[in-house]
Amino acid sequence: MKRHLLLTCLLGFAAFAHADEVKVAVAANFSAPMQKIAADFEKTTGHKAVISTGATGAFYAQIKNGAPFEVFLAADDETPAKLESEGLAVKGSRFTYAIGKLVLWSSKAGFVDPQGQVLKKGSFEKLALANPKTAPYGLAAVETLKKLGLAEATQAKLVQGETITQAYQFVASGNAELGFVALSLIWKDGAIASGSAWMVPTDLYSPIRQDAVLLSKGASQPAAQALLQYLRGDAARAVIKTYGYAF
Amino acid sequence: MPLFPDSQDWLAIWLTLKLATTVTLLLLLVSTPLAWWLANTQSRARNVVSALVAMPIVLPPTVIGFYLLLLMGPEGAVGRLTQALGIGLLPFTFAGLVVASTIYSLPFVVQPIQNAIEAIGPRPLEVAATLRASPWDAFWSVVVPFARPGFLTGAVLGFAHTVGEFGVVLMIGGNIPGSTRVVSVQIFDHVEALEYARAHWLAGGMVLFSFLVLLALYTLNPQARRK
Repeated sequence: MKRHLLLTCLLGFAAFAHADEVKVAVAANFSAPMQKIAADFEKTTGHKAVISTGATGAFYAQIKNGAPFEVFLAADDETPAKLESEGLAVKGSRFTYAIGKLVLWSSKAGFVDPQGQVLKKGSFEKLALANPKTAPYGLAAVETLKKLGLAEATQAKLVQGETITQAYQFVASGNAELGFVALSLIWKDGAIASGSAWMVPTDLYSPIRQDAVLLSKGASQPAAQALLQYLRGDAARAVIKTYGYAF
Repeated sequence: MPLFPDSQDWLAIWLTLKLATTVTLLLLLVSTPLAWWLANTQSRARNVVSALVAMPIVLPPTVIGFYLLLLMGPEGAVGRLTQALGIGLLPFTFAGLVVASTIYSLPFVVQPIQNAIEAIGPRPLEVAATLRASPWDAFWSVVVPFARPGFLTGAVLGFAHTVGEFGVVLMIGGNIPGSTRVVSVQIFDHVEALEYARAHWLAGGMVLFSFLVLLALYTLNPQARRK
């Protein structure tokens, strides 16, 4: 009898410990704020968020093929909607956790003027951006160039990174003098960390909404729901803001 | 499912074949003297050079690509050199991919040729020398025919390995149609854009291509099997 009780207790603990963990797939551009949020989340709730970062399209393919993620923080709003319509995510659990901001950035100080006139002058060899076909920030960059009437003029100078972080790398290494990157990548403590930048006005591109969704695997997982709840809270939003996102 | 790959896909296929052909020819030129030296030298530098040549086998392509991006960039040693020579910067150009692929596929060409040359042994060349053949003559009439399977294996592997390259191109390519967007990158883009049907055409083609290349290699060149 005693042994039986012990076993029940152990099994109970095991089940509890398991329920305490939530597996989250996070878009690469949101990796840094998510690490911070996950640490705070664990302190506040005792639940542990296990983070995997990667490209949104790759996560989609993995989730469709049985990946064990319970929560998905995508880099766009289309992929979570698609997962929901395909029955792989919980209906009604979607919301925008962050809105990305686009900047024109150079690693050289003073190269980019505050009005972004440098684009019109064309005194640069290469202009980096993320792949517009696959990355929302890339699409936003192309929209901006079109609105400014510079799509044709810059066509031959464009170099594409597969992700926004790769576009950033092209500019940071100086291989491209200029590039459209996510503000979150160059923002530190309320200012641009290095180089020079033009904050692209938000009326030049459609909002880069990053949506989160509860995946079917996490439907009955209290920790997964708690994490989504926490993401909408003031504490998480304060962190998100310091990393250069709006919402 | 669309019936055929579109023009962008064909452009990527054409570019990939052009890259692999250029790189293979360049690799044969570079690898032959290198393999010859490695096979014959008594120098202490031999092991160091062998290790350097073999490094792309063990290094992740992202590491090679990342360091090439920095080296060939405006602040890098190679970048400064190419700029001083008036060539400009290599990243995001076809020439840049050729340089990167040559480094990346080097061991796959050097090693088979080196093994083949080592297998000849010193005797045939000594005989050639006693017949007063010049080293150049001996190379063409002894080394090349004897080591033919090694050259063939090296060329096929170098070509196939360049076709299969992804990580390095991703890091330094910039995805420019017709100059750096090769098939593997195009497949990645299709998958990322959830265009699975289009991805299948190219991805399935790559599977078939690799099989046929290796089958041809083993059929034409039975010695490759023992490697």
